[in-house]
Amino acid sequence: MTKLSLFLGCIIPNRYPGIEKATKFCLDKLGIDCNDLKGASCCPAPGVFRSFDKTTWIALASRNIALSEELGRDVLTVCNGCYGSLADANHELKKDATLKKSTNAHLEKIGKEFKGTADVRHIVEFLYDELGPENIKEMVVNPLKLRVALHYGCHLVKPSNERNLGSVERPDFFDELIEAIGAESVDYSDKMACCGAGGGVRSGLHGTSLEMVNHKLSRIQEADVDCIVNACPFCHLQFDGGQVEIKDILGIDYSIPVLHYSQLLGLALGFSSQEMGIDLNQIKNNEFIEKLKKLTED
Amino acid sequence: MDELDVLNRLKDAGIEVLTCMQCGTCSGSCPSGRYTSLNTRRFVRMVQVNMDMLHCEDLWMCATCYNCQERCPRGIKIVDAILTIRTIAVHEGIMLPEHRKISHLLLKHGHSVPINDSTKQKREKLGLEPLPETVHKYPQALKDVQRLMESCEFDKLVAEK
Repeated sequence: MTKLSLFLGCIIPNRYPGIEKATKFCLDKLGIDCNDLKGASCCPAPGVFRSFDKTTWIALASRNIALSEELGRDVLTVCNGCYGSLADANHELKKDATLKKSTNAHLEKIGKEFKGTADVRHIVEFLYDELGPENIKEMVVNPLKLRVALHYGCHLVKPSNERNLGSVERPDFFDELIEAIGAESVDYSDKMACCGAGGGVRSGLHGTSLEMVNHKLSRIQEADVDCIVNACPFCHLQFDGGQVEIKDILGIDYSIPVLHYSQLLGLALGFSSQEMGIDLNQIKNNEFIEKLKKLTED
Repeated sequence: MDELDVLNRLKDAGIEVLTCMQCGTCSGSCPSGRYTSLNTRRFVRMVQVNMDMLHCEDLWMCATCYNCQERCPRGIKIVDAILTIRTIAVHEGIMLPEHRKISHLLLKHGHSVPINDSTKQKREKLGLEPLPETVHKYPQALKDVQRLMESCEFDKLVAEK
């Protein structure tokens, strides 16, 4: 199987370390050969830095990819934003020799070179492609009978001409991975809608971004689910931190637990909610934690 | 900046907006437009007729979800156009103060969201090292990243004007 290096990005190690731990546990348990990508930086974030200055964006992204090339490994991302940035940058550099040359002129100053020998993967498409839902199902020790509101996140599947992961309107590969661990992926209105964090909106126009996530949360609430599952720490932050901010500003209390797929998979593979850092979210929901205890201790 | 230059810059980037027939599929698909003044159809029209979009605050309301770009019947790369116009704006010194701030975080830490004490405690509680295996733990790697940004003149680009 493909050898990988784990690209952490910013939000996972620096805000939601439970996702980092869960990812490492899952990869180990599934027998996937994955090393740390030591010394990596911000991807850099596609919505902001790519639009500020493409030269800087592609230079930093190419350094991160070059670190993985040196290890002879493909880059594994656990975030839709990191995936978007690194996969797009990798693709552009591989097809444009002039861009590769000008980028390498910057990299040369720090003794690095982008060669174009590594691929960039996202954990969800990697698990689906390389293991498949059937194999994952066989490894589950705690089937999680949960009603899940799945949030794909925009940049996992779009722009589609770069991603090639099938339908962007009604994709189902991620739903299959949810069903593989025994949960139900519940259909809901505006399931494929954006969480409102990307494109520098959460950082630049916070109120607008909260209105967008409030809309999405109201639709999720209608579906009567146990939790939201995502594959992107920025969407995760928007749903988790966003609920706290919405409660403060608008007085609406959703209290819907938010999990990254690595955390959900970790629970199904036999780890506890405490080990997966689910209690370290901003949204506290004891009822859900108790439910998880019952599901994972039986 | 000469407005015509924006259309030419878009063309140079392989983005053609003049084929837009104003059908409105983009605005109907826009999650941001439900809550903001961003009207993607009108935005594209204003770009077509060379209006000054660099100072238009709608420019920063796109969450880059790509719905409009995926659904455009004329195949116009609308999000790519918005991102390219943002680049022109930033190079003209026009950016939101919050975006300048996170750029400074990137310059200083190599992360746009750097570690804090509360997360260090969470990491230790989980049995992880307080600092992750990123530029946070390797000072030479951070220096390399900073040198790279200087080489690209990112520090000058986002300096307080």
